[in-house]
Amino acid sequence: MSVTERLPDTADTRATGGMVDCDVHTALRSPDAILDYLPTRWHTHHRTFGGNGYYGSKYPKSVPNAARVDAWPGSGGAPGSDLQMMREQLLDRWDIDVAILNPGVHSGGSRNLDYAAAVASAINDITAAEWLDHDERLRGSLVVSFEDPPAAVAEIERLADDDRFVQVYLQVRTTQPLGHRKYWPIYAAAEAHGLPVGVHFGGNSGTPITGAGWPSYYLEDHVGNAQSFQAQLTSLVLEGVFERFPGLRYVSIEGGTAWVPPLAWRMDAAWQRLGDEVPHVTRPPSETIAERVWFTTQPIEEPPTPGDFLDLLDTFPSLVDRLMFSTDYPHWDFDDPDHAMKHVRLPDGAEEKIRSVNARALYGL
Amino acid sequence: MGEVGIGMARPAGAGIVDADVHCTVPSAAALFPYLADHWVEQIRQSGFSGASENAYPPGIPTSARPGSAPGDGRPAGSDLDVLRTQVLDVDGVEAAILNCAYAVDTIRNPDAASAIASAVNDWQLAEWLEVEPRLHGSLVVPSQIPELAVAEIERLGDDPRFVQVFLPARSAVPYGRRDFHKVLAAAVERDLVVSLQYGGFPGNPPTAVGWPSYHIEEYVGMASVMQSQLMNLIAEGVFDAFGDLRVSLVEGGFTWLPSFLWRFDKDWKGLRREVPWVRRPPSEYVHDHVRLTTAPLDLDTHRPEAFATLFAQVGGADVLMYASDHPHLHADTGDDWTSMLPEDARAPVLGDNARAFYRLNR
Repeated sequence: MSVTERLPDTADTRATGGMVDCDVHTALRSPDAILDYLPTRWHTHHRTFGGNGYYGSKYPKSVPNAARVDAWPGSGGAPGSDLQMMREQLLDRWDIDVAILNPGVHSGGSRNLDYAAAVASAINDITAAEWLDHDERLRGSLVVSFEDPPAAVAEIERLADDDRFVQVYLQVRTTQPLGHRKYWPIYAAAEAHGLPVGVHFGGNSGTPITGAGWPSYYLEDHVGNAQSFQAQLTSLVLEGVFERFPGLRYVSIEGGTAWVPPLAWRMDAAWQRLGDEVPHVTRPPSETIAERVWFTTQPIEEPPTPGDFLDLLDTFPSLVDRLMFSTDYPHWDFDDPDHAMKHVRLPDGAEEKIRSVNARALYGL
Repeated sequence: MGEVGIGMARPAGAGIVDADVHCTVPSAAALFPYLADHWVEQIRQSGFSGASENAYPPGIPTSARPGSAPGDGRPAGSDLDVLRTQVLDVDGVEAAILNCAYAVDTIRNPDAASAIASAVNDWQLAEWLEVEPRLHGSLVVPSQIPELAVAEIERLGDDPRFVQVFLPARSAVPYGRRDFHKVLAAAVERDLVVSLQYGGFPGNPPTAVGWPSYHIEEYVGMASVMQSQLMNLIAEGVFDAFGDLRVSLVEGGFTWLPSFLWRFDKDWKGLRREVPWVRRPPSEYVHDHVRLTTAPLDLDTHRPEAFATLFAQVGGADVLMYASDHPHLHADTGDDWTSMLPEDARAPVLGDNARAFYRLNR
């Protein structure tokens, strides 16, 4: 495995300014830090019953909070809870122009839907008051209680006029595949407000984390998120969500990218043969994916030969306009802007698109 | 497109091995000669129609190629003569691996599951393998109950007409978990391949995110299930625990393999301390222990450049085994794709890899 070899023809052309980081995580300083933003009705509940999650679904991370060991602020809060540290470790260090904040606290895994909706609103208010108000480089993702689409729509309506929020934010492990009609009101609201729908690594569905039952290790949980993303894209395309919502743009965040061409072709082949079952799908899936779906890069797949990534992109050229760079700060599997993309060879001109142009176009930055 | 033949470009002098053809149990009554009186009576009294859940619903375009149903009311894949005409007697075909996707895993009664699995195997022996020596069989086992699966492997696994153990890709518990190691051990002890195949009805959703609405989603999603199973086998260390274990992935595609291994190898480097028994990068275990069949191809024949790229990145000349998947038909173009094979990969993919993997020359 020589994945760390430095490629002379790309190393010198690396742009240093103007980068957009499409996956940066914020966290609460402590579990009680949410109380100032939660209605009083939930204060005791938050400390006692909590979200009533899909217990039994978690694999211990490799490190606390899945965070880089150097990302714990001296102030005692959790990694991702300190703006000054984020500036030093990420924003200033790499001269990042825009960072999309994806809150680490989510509400989707809560079976208590009223609590979930209250948490979603509180997290969004924290994003605005404690982050967006303090650094103009930051943009927010709107947390919504996606297992309760009416509540999710209400939250989108509440904040859609704040243009610092640039996408609706879901987690990939949902209780039903995201193409299911249950979720369509969320897409209608996002479409109406011109917001992309971003789906991020993680979450709890309550059922096994693979289609073959519960595996044993965090390694499998981590690798296996890619298969969850595959299931979601398959569902969205084959339920005809993109035909039903022609303005919808979908972002797959921290789900991998190299599996996209083979999955798109597999869907094309299946659709050619079995399309009668899904007459609402009116175009080859690969065309829909090429136009309507964006992917963040981290964790970028690392082929044994860096040129293999280029060869794969050559077979699906539109992907170059749909990949968006991300670091996943402050998590342990952080992709360092100076090093991560060295492991893959890209077509000429692709680097600037991936580091900046594609995200600016999608999010209207 | 009713013919299965590989066409004019087949390699001269080397026999073709078809690594995936199916036989279909036509009815529950077809198993009566192989069942104890008790079970015959139970089936008659209850009206049980057999483990009839079918991952390929009869009548949809992928399930039966033209002419593959015998025409007398029995389903596609239930007639040996049809298989001979459409597969075995086609010029150059030397052998085929016979797979029976009988859904024993849907039978919750463990004794019934065990008895019916045994009956299916005895039926395969008497009506297919005994009559047609070019066929090499796959043992049906009650995969949902490891102890009973082992018992069936012990009963028939030494019969050289069986070359592998059939496990449905979808399971309640992934097959690398240690409660299943006894099954892997029983297979390895008898030099049998462990074969993960399209399908399975464990009752839990076929995705990590719930039940999809349509058959086509489940069909597409079987590639992700294969990835999950392969990931678990490697993460649990079974290829070091059972150094001679061979695994075939059948009818789940293969184009997903490179991107899957790029990510798995990368994550293994970051997280290997959790699984210290996994001593090598995952991709190396795949190369040494795993083979995949070529149907479905998951690419149309108008994408020769994509095929060339994927074939090279998969290491196709080393790990792929040609399969017709008779009577299923995944594309209108049938086997035309074989003309895209690089010249030096034709013999390995069309026959040599399967011959070596299944040890057909002994």
